[in-house]
Amino acid sequence: MIQKTDVIIAGIGQTPVGEHWEISLRSLAVKAMRAAIEDSVSLEPQALYVGNILAGTLSRQAHLGALLADYAGMTGIEAQTIEAGGASGGAALRQGYLAITSGLVDVALVVGVEKFTDVVGPNVEAALATLVDSDYESIHGLTPTALAALLTRRYLHENKVKADGLAGFPLTAHANGVGNRNAMYRKAITLDAYRKVEPVCDPLNLFDVAPSVDGAAALILTRYELLPKGYPHPVIRVAASTIASDTFSLADRADPLWFSAAQASAKWAFNKAVVTPQQVDLFEYDDAFSIFAALSLEAAGFAPRGGGWKFAEDGSLALTGQIPCATLGGSKARGNPGGATGIYQAVEATLQLRGQAGTNQIADAKIALIQSLGGPASVAVTHILAKEE
Amino acid sequence: MEIARHWRLKDQRYNLVGTICSKCKQKYFPPRDVCPKCGSEISTRFAFKGRGEIYSYTTIYEAPSGFDETAPYSVALVRLEEGPLVTAQLTDLGETQPEIGMPVEMVTRRLRSDGDERGMLVYGYKFRPILI
Repeated sequence: MIQKTDVIIAGIGQTPVGEHWEISLRSLAVKAMRAAIEDSVSLEPQALYVGNILAGTLSRQAHLGALLADYAGMTGIEAQTIEAGGASGGAALRQGYLAITSGLVDVALVVGVEKFTDVVGPNVEAALATLVDSDYESIHGLTPTALAALLTRRYLHENKVKADGLAGFPLTAHANGVGNRNAMYRKAITLDAYRKVEPVCDPLNLFDVAPSVDGAAALILTRYELLPKGYPHPVIRVAASTIASDTFSLADRADPLWFSAAQASAKWAFNKAVVTPQQVDLFEYDDAFSIFAALSLEAAGFAPRGGGWKFAEDGSLALTGQIPCATLGGSKARGNPGGATGIYQAVEATLQLRGQAGTNQIADAKIALIQSLGGPASVAVTHILAKEE
Repeated sequence: MEIARHWRLKDQRYNLVGTICSKCKQKYFPPRDVCPKCGSEISTRFAFKGRGEIYSYTTIYEAPSGFDETAPYSVALVRLEEGPLVTAQLTDLGETQPEIGMPVEMVTRRLRSDGDERGMLVYGYKFRPILI
């Protein structure tokens, strides 16, 4: 039963994801922020939480809280940036949740934004390399992609998975990207294309790595008791908001093939929401790399250890499958706008629960699980969203 | 230029100096100030022998700036004989294909130049196949 103090996603906004050479970081963010406010029927935010990872490096622009509040015409409100690597969007949503649930803030605006195309080529890789251990990983030329490749090689080896065993993850994502007008890639790919595409970091090929591109997405959060009369959308409640951490480096884990932070935050969220994995209608996992999707399915309890990849092969992840994932394209086909990704996941899950997901609609969706990872699940943020009848 | 930072890490880069917890005897590389296992403060150095085997490996084709001139290059997680995993480049491979379980040993090589062509050269550990 819904409570007066429950946290509600009252408004959502997003920009198309892609290479926005002509739009600045601040304009991109403001578009999404205004869209979310409009969608909430003009609730007035008292606080702004910005999810962003790399603006200081990519755009030489730090301190986004005050900048974006100012450019959105909200000078005066509480404003700050939250950074948790690839989980920054999810972490910003959690800060918004904490603020609303504490009662100290009535209406919060959470925006995720990332602007990768201010630099190109090796400079993008160098910026991403700041997310791994500077003294012991990136000095040796490693990047987040290289760590995912090391993880993938070991996963294929230990579980005796064939070379194209993870193909189902990008195939599912691209099939679902077709129906999302905000997705960067709206074209399905074939297994044959997957097998032939160039390697990026073997055994990872181009289709195993989500593209780092531009995008912004935003949410308006409030308490149920504060929703205006005649609120036009189905009510979407944040049933759980959790975060957990693991060792920073893969090398320091007793078992690198087990995402313990993802497991811990998912378990905590299921307990908090009083929901079982069987009740989840869709799972927006973190598919920055195919291997992350496989390990996330295992950590959240949908697949047995070492068996996550099979879900991608047997159709379980499809829109009509046992546990639909990346339902509007995921990071692979929608695109991966860094600190905005966790907010895109929440926007997309909200569309599904409201019944506004168009051709990609999951029939009668009531409960959505979303999870974003920072580093190789060095931190994992999990949210459960529920539709109230 | 980050001279102080690279200088500070010279024992790690040249000699694989980590730490050992005097209470629970767990060995760490990189060195740590607090033992994650038992919570004790750590102050005892421990030099690893630099021998181990490949736990996993990959070849990087799209490298970050500072490394793009040497791409493609191979990197690995190496399981040291003393226990910890270390992340490093593989070198001196010649015609040898790396594989999981392959025995490797530490050597000192140039890691990168710091800044432009006049920048400081940073040296440190890489791993090569053990020749039998």
